[in-house]
Order: sequence, then C-alpha cells, then structure tokens
Amino acid sequence: MIKFDRVFKRYPNGREALSELTFELEAGEMAFLTGHSGAGKSTVLRLIALLERPTRGQVIVGGRNTGNLRRGQIPAHRRQVGFVFQDHRLLDDRPVYDNVALPLAIAGVKRREMDKRVRAALDQVGLLGRERSFPLELSAGEQQRVGIARAVITKPPVLVADEPTGNLDPDLALEVMNLFQRFNAVGVTVLVATHDIHLLDRFRVRRVHIEQGRLATVPHVAA
Amino acid sequence: MSLRDGASILFERHAQALLGSLGRLARQPFATLLTVLVIAIAIALPAALYLAVANMRVVTAGLDDTVQLSAYLTMATTPAEARKHARSIAELPGVAAAETVSPEEGLAEFRKLSGIGDALEALPENPLPWLVKVRPAPPRDTATAVEALAAEIRTMQGVDLVQADTAWVRRLHAIEDTLQQLVLVVAALLAAGVLGVVGNTIRLEIDGRRSEIEVTKLVGGSNAFVRRPFLYSGLWQGLLGGLFAAGLVVAGLAVLEPFVTRLAAAYGSPFVLQGLSIREWPLVIAGGAVLGFMGAWLAAAYHLRRIEPRA
Repeated sequence: MIKFDRVFKRYPNGREALSELTFELEAGEMAFLTGHSGAGKSTVLRLIALLERPTRGQVIVGGRNTGNLRRGQIPAHRRQVGFVFQDHRLLDDRPVYDNVALPLAIAGVKRREMDKRVRAALDQVGLLGRERSFPLELSAGEQQRVGIARAVITKPPVLVADEPTGNLDPDLALEVMNLFQRFNAVGVTVLVATHDIHLLDRFRVRRVHIEQGRLATVPHVAA
Repeated sequence: MSLRDGASILFERHAQALLGSLGRLARQPFATLLTVLVIAIAIALPAALYLAVANMRVVTAGLDDTVQLSAYLTMATTPAEARKHARSIAELPGVAAAETVSPEEGLAEFRKLSGIGDALEALPENPLPWLVKVRPAPPRDTATAVEALAAEIRTMQGVDLVQADTAWVRRLHAIEDTLQQLVLVVAALLAAGVLGVVGNTIRLEIDGRRSEIEVTKLVGGSNAFVRRPFLYSGLWQGLLGGLFAAGLVVAGLAVLEPFVTRLAAAYGSPFVLQGLSIREWPLVIAGGAVLGFMGAWLAAAYHLRRIEPRA
C-alpha cells in the first residue's frame, strides 16, 4: 500500500531529511514510524500525503507512483490519505460538526448523508453529541479525536498520524492508539509516527525505524 | 457515479459556496457596503456619461437636415435675374430645391428674429441682397457634399457669397464622437478600478481565512473548491454594485428631469430626457457582476496559489 524506494529528500534550505530510504507497508498493515527527532519521520508522512515531493526516488501509495501525479491530481490523492496531526489542525472558529464534515463538503456530499456520516464518525471516536461544541471547549484528547474523526470520515484506505499522542497524557494516548488499532482492524493501512516508548512497548506492531534518513534496525530498548 | 449524481454533487457544492459567501458578506455589512458603493459609483459614472452623450445625440440628430446653403446674389440683381439664378441652381445635381428670398422678405424675417427692428427702421435703405436658399438632396446632404456644392455655386455668375454653414455641425458631431470615446476610456479605467477594489477585498478575505484554506487543502480540497466561495463573494459584490449603480442612474435622472424639461421648454423643444433602454439596464447590472467575478478570480488565482499547506 505504501512503498518508498530509495527516497532522497533535500529541503530547499539544504537540509537532507531522507537519504536512500526504502521500506514497504502492505495493505491493511499497521506500523509505527520511529526514530529521533529530526530523523525524518515527518518528512515520510509529508511525502505520503504529497505535501512534499521527493528529490529522488519513488513514493508509491495505493499502487500509484506519486511522482507521476500532476499538481491538479494532488487533492484527489490527499483524499485517499487520512492525516492526523500532532496539533490536530482544527478550525477553532467552527463547531466540531463543520470540522469533521469538511472532507465531505469537499466531496460534495449532501446534507442529510453528511449528518449521518458525521454522527457515525463522532460515534467511532466517542464524541457523539459534541457536534455543536467548538474545538477550544474540548480537552486536548477530545480535540485529537475530532482530528481523527475528520481524517477517517471519507473512509480513506491509508491513515497516517504524526505524533498523534505527543500532547496527551498516557491514558489519553492509549485511547487514541486503540482507535487507530480499531481502524486497522477494519482494513485501513495505518502508519503512526511516534517516539512514545510506552506505546511502543504496549502495542506489538511492526516498527519502521529510521536514523539519519535511512532505514535502520530497531534498537534494543533497555526497558 | 451517474451523470445525474455528478450534477447533483456539483449543484450541492455550488449552492453551499453561493449561500456561504452571501452569509459571510452579510456578517460584515459595513465593509461590504463600502465595496459595493465603490463598485456602484465606478459603474454609474460611465453609464451617466454615456447617457449624457446619447441625449446630446438626440438633441443634435435633427441638425443634419437643417444644413442648407445660402447663396447671396450681387446687390444689383433684379427680381427676374434672381429667379433665373434660382432656376439654374435648382438644376444642379444634388439640389433638392432652391427658392428666392427677396431683400424685403429677408428684412422682415430679420426684424422678427433679431429683436432689433427699431434699429433697422433707422436705415436709409434695405442693406440685404437677394438670397437663394438651397436645400441639398440626399444623399448629397452630408457636410462634405454640401461643401462641394457650395464651391460649385460660388463659381456661378451673379453669386456674391455662398455660406454653407456646415462647419459647426461637423464640429459638434466631432465633439460628440470625442465624448463617446471618452466614455469608453473612462469606463475602461473604472472597470480596472473595480477589478482592483474587488481584488483587494478578496485578498483581505483570503488572508482572514488562511488557516481554513490550509486545512482544506490538507484534507484534499482542490484549488477550484477553495477558490469557489471567493468567486461567489466577488460575484455578489459586483452584482450588488451593479444594482446600486442602476439605482444611482435612476436617481440622477429623476433629479435632472425637471430641469431638462424646463430647459427644453424654454427652447420650444419637445425633447425628453432619455434613460437607459431595456437592453442597457441588464448591461449595467451584469457588467457589475462580471467585473466582481473577474476581480475575485484574479485575486484568488494569485493569492491562493501561494497558500500551500504545512504539516
């Protein structure tokens, strides 16, 4: 589902984020993307959502080589990739409903269908009934769950998350991870970038570990 | 997805953007009003100028018909000679009619029109010569043809002086043409101004909704989707501006009407102030809408491209 083939990425400011990164994630697989800060985790996710293009190498998502996508095809590609951000990127001046419904509005879904699906998505993340609340009225964990509801409402085949638990205390982090596992259980390919040791211990899923922009063997953690 | 579903999705998206943009404008009534007012004035001004020229043309339209030649005969001309000259002038090609005016008739007419009848009484003898009034026949009644005819008559024997007073008509029409051209220039300048005003308003709107645009692009909103509400916003403002402009023109006409009627009456003219025609009204309103849309499009195309999502 996700395949990186000798991907090299250098940012315009000269920083080399990835060099010769190669890894593959099967459809329906779930993995943690680990590594130190600055190892290139965010860059990997940005390349998957086509927020960036690789300098060299190929990034293939859902069987499609992202390098062949024209500028105009990027939005359609992004709709195939649910993206959860560490700072959740919600619109604070819009109620929860509008935030979650945004991808549906883009897809042109009718109001009645939209109501149904927004409720279903909020139900999945345990926030049913909070449609009219504003993001700032919610706790950090709840805000993150709104972000997740928005990421999954269009049922994308791929879900990526960038440090989704970075701002959450351990209990809430666990809750969020459980959510990801539940989506994975219904066939969504999930890639979660994290450096949260507790989570890594707790969830026995594959780890894609990068060091200095390359795939590395998972270091043994002295627990 | 069937064609019908596709059309319905398209409709749904557009309806959302259409109403959403109207709602946003309504939430900032003062700013919206200012923009609309600027657009309205920018459109009403060339429309008013255009009307001024159009009305002027109506007033001066009859002037071509009154172009005629006055051939003054030499002082010594006898009545019989005068009639003979008139006949030979009438036989020239391009002459519809030629009639004589005796010095006595001329004096009587002059006395009536000039208002200095008493002064004329003091003259020892009639200073006026015989006159042949020549009316050119179409199509030789244009200013140029009349001048040529005048030159021809001027060479005839017994003719002292030929006045073809076409120059002022020609000048008048030239002035009208210039004014009409001026209307176009002013309209073009103000249209550019409207584009700028709408563009700037849209730019501010884009700046204010920057995070929303970023997030929308992050979750897969196309440029067209992001652009749409701004285009509708421009369309609404332009449309309202056009309607306001139409209102301004109506108000202006209403204010001028009694004065123009009085002026026309003073000249004994049946002239009535012309408003915009049934075909021109929609042009004013649609013109506003089109300019609003274009201004928004230019601003959106330029500013939205620079907003790329970061994550």
